[in-house]
Amino acid sequence: MASPSGPLLQAEHVIKYFPIKRGIVIQREVARVHAVDDVSLEVQRGETLGLVGESGCGKSTLGRSFVRLFPLTGGRIFFDGQDISTLSRRGMRPLRRELQIIFQDPYASLNPRKRVGQIVGAPLAIHGIGDRRERKRQVQELLEKVGLSPEHYNRYPHEFSGGQRQRIGVARALALRPKLVIADEPVSALDVSIQAQVINLLADLQEDFELTYVFIAHDLGVVRHVSDRIAVMYLGKIVELSPAEELYERPIMPYTEALLSAVPIPDPRESAARERIVLEGDVPSPINPPSGCRFHPRCRYATEVCTQLEPPLVDYGNGHLAACHHPLNVDKETLARATVDQRRTPAKADESAKPTQPAQQAR
Amino acid sequence: MAEPLLEVRDLKVSFRTEDGIVRAVDGISFTLDEGEVLGIVGESGSGKSVTMMTVMRLITDPNVIYQGSIIYKGRDLMGLSRDAMREVRGEEIAMIFQDPMTSLNPVYTVGWQIEEQLNEHNDLKKGQARRRAMELLAQVGIPKPEQRIDDYPHQFSGGMRQRVMIALALSCNPDLLIADEPTTALDVTIQAQILELIKNLKREFGSAVVLITHDLGVVADVADRILVMYAGRIVEEGNKEQIFYDPQHPYTWGLLGSIARLDRPRARRLTAIAGQPPSLINRPQGCSFRTRCPQAFDRCRAEDPQLTAKVGDGHLDACHLSVEDKRERRDKTINPELAETA
Amino acid sequence: MLAFIVRRLLWMALVLFAISVLVFLIFFATPGVDPARQMAGRNPSAETIKSIKHEFGLDRSLPVRYGLMMKHMFITRDLISYGSHTRVIPEITSAAPVTLSLVFGAAIIWIVFSILFGVAAAVLRGTVFDPLLMILALIGISIPVFWLGEVVNLITQSRLHDSFLFSWVPPLGYTPLTQDPFMWFKQLIFPWLTLSVLYIGFYARVLRANLIETESEDYIRTARAKGLSERRVLFRHTLRTSMITFVSLFGLDFAVLVGGGALLTEVVFGLPGVGLLTFNSLTALDLPVIMTTVIYAAFFITLASALVDLVYAWLDPRVRLA
Repeated sequence: MASPSGPLLQAEHVIKYFPIKRGIVIQREVARVHAVDDVSLEVQRGETLGLVGESGCGKSTLGRSFVRLFPLTGGRIFFDGQDISTLSRRGMRPLRRELQIIFQDPYASLNPRKRVGQIVGAPLAIHGIGDRRERKRQVQELLEKVGLSPEHYNRYPHEFSGGQRQRIGVARALALRPKLVIADEPVSALDVSIQAQVINLLADLQEDFELTYVFIAHDLGVVRHVSDRIAVMYLGKIVELSPAEELYERPIMPYTEALLSAVPIPDPRESAARERIVLEGDVPSPINPPSGCRFHPRCRYATEVCTQLEPPLVDYGNGHLAACHHPLNVDKETLARATVDQRRTPAKADESAKPTQPAQQAR
Repeated sequence: MAEPLLEVRDLKVSFRTEDGIVRAVDGISFTLDEGEVLGIVGESGSGKSVTMMTVMRLITDPNVIYQGSIIYKGRDLMGLSRDAMREVRGEEIAMIFQDPMTSLNPVYTVGWQIEEQLNEHNDLKKGQARRRAMELLAQVGIPKPEQRIDDYPHQFSGGMRQRVMIALALSCNPDLLIADEPTTALDVTIQAQILELIKNLKREFGSAVVLITHDLGVVADVADRILVMYAGRIVEEGNKEQIFYDPQHPYTWGLLGSIARLDRPRARRLTAIAGQPPSLINRPQGCSFRTRCPQAFDRCRAEDPQLTAKVGDGHLDACHLSVEDKRERRDKTINPELAETA
Repeated sequence: MLAFIVRRLLWMALVLFAISVLVFLIFFATPGVDPARQMAGRNPSAETIKSIKHEFGLDRSLPVRYGLMMKHMFITRDLISYGSHTRVIPEITSAAPVTLSLVFGAAIIWIVFSILFGVAAAVLRGTVFDPLLMILALIGISIPVFWLGEVVNLITQSRLHDSFLFSWVPPLGYTPLTQDPFMWFKQLIFPWLTLSVLYIGFYARVLRANLIETESEDYIRTARAKGLSERRVLFRHTLRTSMITFVSLFGLDFAVLVGGGALLTEVVFGLPGVGLLTFNSLTALDLPVIMTTVIYAAFFITLASALVDLVYAWLDPRVRLA
């Protein structure tokens, strides 16, 4: 390994805009979808980093930019110390072995005309690993590892249930023994009981293969269970980044608080007792994101300053960062000690706008 | 006791296929009172949707075979003529579906689709239907209904489309609203909004609700009573308190253990239910769940357990374990780590 | 809307230009093709060929010749045929009504019957009528139109012409609608039926497949859950969305036929339409006529595709221009 000490993956001010084009003969850009808007974070070796947020918050786009499924609009991504943000397709090829992705829809992401053996073995064949027999042996071993049987080698995807298909997807991702696996909503399409199976499987494989995960989901319950650290995204920005337990016990950003309270609790008495913050309306359009703090139109603590200044990412200690003018669950001393994280704060945010007051009474 | 709103008696629904007869619903009975919220919980293929689709008589597969009766307000729906059933559908029993993205016709405006429903069941003057549609959209929380009424479904977000579906379902003031996985395709935040909406509307309209879901967490807040279904049968039935605080069937334990819970310390592992649901063509002998049940013993193979009340009023389960055994093993199964520390 | 029309007009002009250049190059820049020699008749003297070349401007450079041809076609409208030495434009304008009469009539028949058969087959799925109708449709698709036309002629013009059944059938040919509408109708009824058989079969099958696919959509289930009658579900929901494919296919098929694609039917029934004109000019390598008919056909096809897009947007709000 080149630099075994540093983070496995490091994103610096990553920006991804998708242009919207219109025009009679010459297409011109009329607007941009701000899918990922200046995000900096790192993924440590062996950890699971959770990415959460509502649909359209850019979590999937960020995950996909980690494996360079498309060119970035701006910023840089380092994998194992190497800058991969400007690599060509050819230059990326050796890295594809180490960076893999698991997709959400187990029905759409497997080619229905290929046998399981071909699907799982394809990455091996593409990278020219082993001969035919050796590949077959490896694929069957993988199938067993993900809880399928080696006899499934010659079956077609439609013969499997959703949970089993997701296992096939996992086997395919692991065929090349990657270092980093991006799991893009791997359980969202599955029944709760099957979700638990797949989550347990991913945890076992992490140990066996020494994997690092980026786990993308909209369900904070699932993300908290699998993650060591969690990054909460809203409209293309990271609004909170924290160790998993800390985030759950002490959410600082009001958006995180609302996300947590939306997770249903399978306990009628607690569910009735708990205060539920129902967020009004939908996520605003990422084409024209709100000014200042992007969450302010839906935030019950928002004040004048939130509509004008984009809050910087403030380090509250213990690896807990949040971008909010009115932090929750923070006492005066912590607030005094907290410092603006210069490196991770987006370039457009106002670095001098460190919050001075904890959140006021909800309006 | 007053007559129930809906009574399903020994309902069986099967489909003839090339591989054999698929017994999707295999003899289930339950009742639903007026204004009650009933949760039906189970995995895909447990027969929960098929049951309620049958109540609506919405199954169009020509290979379907029915048995049993569905008594709604004293009439057997299975015996109704097509036209009589149409009067019930939409007017007295309404249904909303899982995927709001595909459940609305893409070529008509949402207003048109609500008005169509209103005109089908009421004798309305011109303009009346439109006014009513606008009111309904406002009631389900769609901002600026006077503008949105002429928009097409694709111009709405997923959550908003589900609200339109609910407006559609409530347009004729039904006595029973069936919601088939209404939040599964939505974000958690939007799920919370929709559940809140269903609760409020239930209060306002007073209709009974059947909420079908695979996630016990979803029904914890809303449901009065819960049916747990597995492989086409009811394996446990009880009120909310009974199901959540004194679950009797190991399958219910499995469902509870599968949830990554935010209200508990983080578990190292989730207690997943091993394996896959059984084939509905060749049901295993004895208890259908025994192939996945860590508690199974000899009797489970030999004898099909019947749904009976063992622990209290209205709390039924279909399991051979004794009540004592269950109570002893339960916590270890649902949450072994928590049980150890206790 | 305005932007759409402007874009479409520009696009049409571009397509027409490209096609005309292509056709021009194929016939003039191909080695061995010499229109002058062709026009001069058998064993011409070098003098004759030279004078012909000069008369028709064939001794000029290619771009100039292309420009001249376009000028004669569009501006002075006096393009001369190499073969018959008559003006081309009047030939087309007299052939076009024949083809339009033929295709319009056939199109009405094929729309009505294919919807009828397609819907019937979809509704009667699971009974014997569905496969029966579909086999019938397949037969319709498979019968070659020239053979069917000949058989029809054989029956109506010769074998059974003297029986009471077909004694009213006039001899083959075309009478303009303005001259004798009844005669126009009588002469065209069999060509219409013959031409439409293929399309009835094809469209019925496409529509049936679309109806069955739409039938399984979630919103059809919603329509039923609303308590709508089966008839309403079928016509207002299933058929309405299924028509989207039907309409786009129809626009292009119609345009191809108007542009001269009904050649075989025209030949068999002796109808002096655009197809026949194109066919004759191709066999004679009569470039001015080829060029004019090709541009005429391309015009209709691009026009139709623009219209299809408009109708498509009207039928399917999802593709409407934002």
